[in-house]
Amino acid sequence: MGLKNFFERKKIEGVDNTMYLTLREERRISKENNRIIKYYERQKARKNVPEEEYLTQMRDPNNVVEFDNLHTYFFTDVGTVKSVNGVTFDVPIGKTVGIVGESGCGKSVTSLSLMQLVQAPTGQIVEGSIRYQAGDGKCYDIPKVPKDRMLKLRGKEISMIFQEPMTSLNPVFRIGEQMDEVILLHEEGATPEIAKERSIAMLKSVGIPMPDKIYTKYPHELSGGMRQRVMIAMALLCNPRLIIADEPTTALDVTIQAQILELLREVKERINGSIMLITHDLGVIAEMADLVVVMYAGRIIEKGTVREIFHDPKHPYTIGLMRSKPSGKLKDNRLYSIKGQVPNPINMPDHCYFLNRCDMAMDICHGEYPKMIQYSPTHFAACYLCGESSFPKNDLAKE
Amino acid sequence: MENIKKENDYILEVRNLKKYYPLSRFSLGKSRAYVKAVDDVSFKIKRGTTMGLVGESGCGKTTVGRSILRLHDITGGQVIFDGQDLAKIPPSKLRKMRPQMQMIFQDPYSSLSPRMPVGEIIGEAVKEHKIVPKSEYRSHILKVMRDCGLQPQYFYRYPHEFSGGQRQRISIARAVALKPKFIICDEPLSALDVSIQAQIINLMKDLQERYGYTYLFISHDLSVVEYISDTIGVMYLGSMVEIGDKKRIFDNPMHPYTKALLSAVPISDPDVKMNRIILSGDIPSPVNPPSGCKFRTRCQHCMDICSREVPKLKEYEEGHMVACHLYSQD
Repeated sequence: MGLKNFFERKKIEGVDNTMYLTLREERRISKENNRIIKYYERQKARKNVPEEEYLTQMRDPNNVVEFDNLHTYFFTDVGTVKSVNGVTFDVPIGKTVGIVGESGCGKSVTSLSLMQLVQAPTGQIVEGSIRYQAGDGKCYDIPKVPKDRMLKLRGKEISMIFQEPMTSLNPVFRIGEQMDEVILLHEEGATPEIAKERSIAMLKSVGIPMPDKIYTKYPHELSGGMRQRVMIAMALLCNPRLIIADEPTTALDVTIQAQILELLREVKERINGSIMLITHDLGVIAEMADLVVVMYAGRIIEKGTVREIFHDPKHPYTIGLMRSKPSGKLKDNRLYSIKGQVPNPINMPDHCYFLNRCDMAMDICHGEYPKMIQYSPTHFAACYLCGESSFPKNDLAKE
Repeated sequence: MENIKKENDYILEVRNLKKYYPLSRFSLGKSRAYVKAVDDVSFKIKRGTTMGLVGESGCGKTTVGRSILRLHDITGGQVIFDGQDLAKIPPSKLRKMRPQMQMIFQDPYSSLSPRMPVGEIIGEAVKEHKIVPKSEYRSHILKVMRDCGLQPQYFYRYPHEFSGGQRQRISIARAVALKPKFIICDEPLSALDVSIQAQIINLMKDLQERYGYTYLFISHDLSVVEYISDTIGVMYLGSMVEIGDKKRIFDNPMHPYTKALLSAVPISDPDVKMNRIILSGDIPSPVNPPSGCKFRTRCQHCMDICSREVPKLKEYEEGHMVACHLYSQD
């Protein structure tokens, strides 16, 4: 079958072979990548870096985190994938920021960049800054922070809740051991007894019945909802200022999801921290978030408060996302669907990335990538379509 | 022929379906322990309609689907498909029935063989069951692919070259190629993005309109089920707690579990604040479920009678059955 198949295939459809690379080209790319990667890795591995190099000033002291023109690229053997391509947004203190988008749009990579957890050496932050305001009043520029300093921030001040509670808990250690480790690592002068006491208290506070029993259990003995509670408890152990929740409820049932969301909301009040909530479920966003960031193919296409995004969406992609959510109340028998799929991340077009899926595309859209246009102090969108209608509003915002 | 079809308006009838999985642990003197994955479930599906089956994970909805197709033997009950009891059909006859019932699986990444080109994946069973004459084989496959929104040049490509949404289209094409009457969709959308989900839902609806398929749609996503189904069955821990027309279930949910399930769905409108009923705790273990009503451990309205008697599924309105002691059991 094989060889015959191969010839037939070429003959019949004239498959376009642009996605296949020659060996020479592949070698050239990987050589180039090695050079780039080496540079960044050397930067990160330096020791005894003076503090001045990575301390900066926040633009607004009310923010915990400010992403500023962040670019995170993956240097793969088939080409450079621009996973995050110029992302700018703020996370204010005490607020929940929701990030929505399809899989592969770079929402997880954005959060991983903040934790310096992007899969190295292929993944590198190449441009831009992430300013983080620590509890002691210092302000760090995360991409420049050396590895050893980052260890002290990660897990203590910024903590993360992952999507799959099964794969992110270590199956060979008891829940208790894994929780104690966090305290023993980050708190100076913590003894195993203190750690145990605090772990059990924390398990209790996230609503786990019989916490001292759960403390001695292995992850596989717990249900999905319980594991996610353990993950949340673990994230809270060192009183973080910012929790990143990466699809915390995607693997759970609706009834358990409701429990976990309730818990997250309660936790946020208690620690007066901020939450970065990453999800593709618009319902969860509507319920939890204060501010929403909509991402598409590595860029932010719209951001604003929840009300602005849900009641007055500007970008055709945001509108499409809202309309494609099924509900029985629809009069029309057909569900709206965004046609096509996300473009190949390796060679992104020069024009608007959404052009080939957009129902409202115009001639101007074939030009350069649209700029962010401001509609209100908080509402931004990157689309030519809404640009024209908004000029009067734009002036108001300036006044 | 016409008359028979009209009388047998129900393409599928499931009566008292039971599926127990024995636990391997033996203990002398005690009876053997079972996991009652499906315990006494009955429902009917009308020809050309869609029935949605909802419930939390572990409630046995997938087992119901697999039992209907007889992918495993059932412990008790009857599955009557097109007037024949599938549980009693000998294997040789069953094989001839197979093309009429197909299944679309949850994960499009693991349900397609990575070593077969798309054309072969779709056509393998067509060849096996001789659905079309050999001369028409290729045109039949291409037609099916076109129906499912796959371009003809994909015929020789392999599954790894496709995205999740397109893989799910391939699985649908594989099911549809056998000209089935009845398709079980086991969470076909849960691995896909919202915008792709909408495409697949539309595809399934179009195919149903054109070819009159009957779907059993298994899902935990209530908004999808609400959109696609005509009737809905709500399962909890192996038994059906409420079953009825979509409208009746969503406008007037009667069982406390259904109410909680409906209220737990996040609504994409920041101004709507729901009176949420949050269920405490997890689904109990199916090895030793609570006595009486299985939902009583998480129910707000639990009464004395709930622990003593198992509530029966009773009809309260036309086409709306509930199993709960809150509504008088007379």
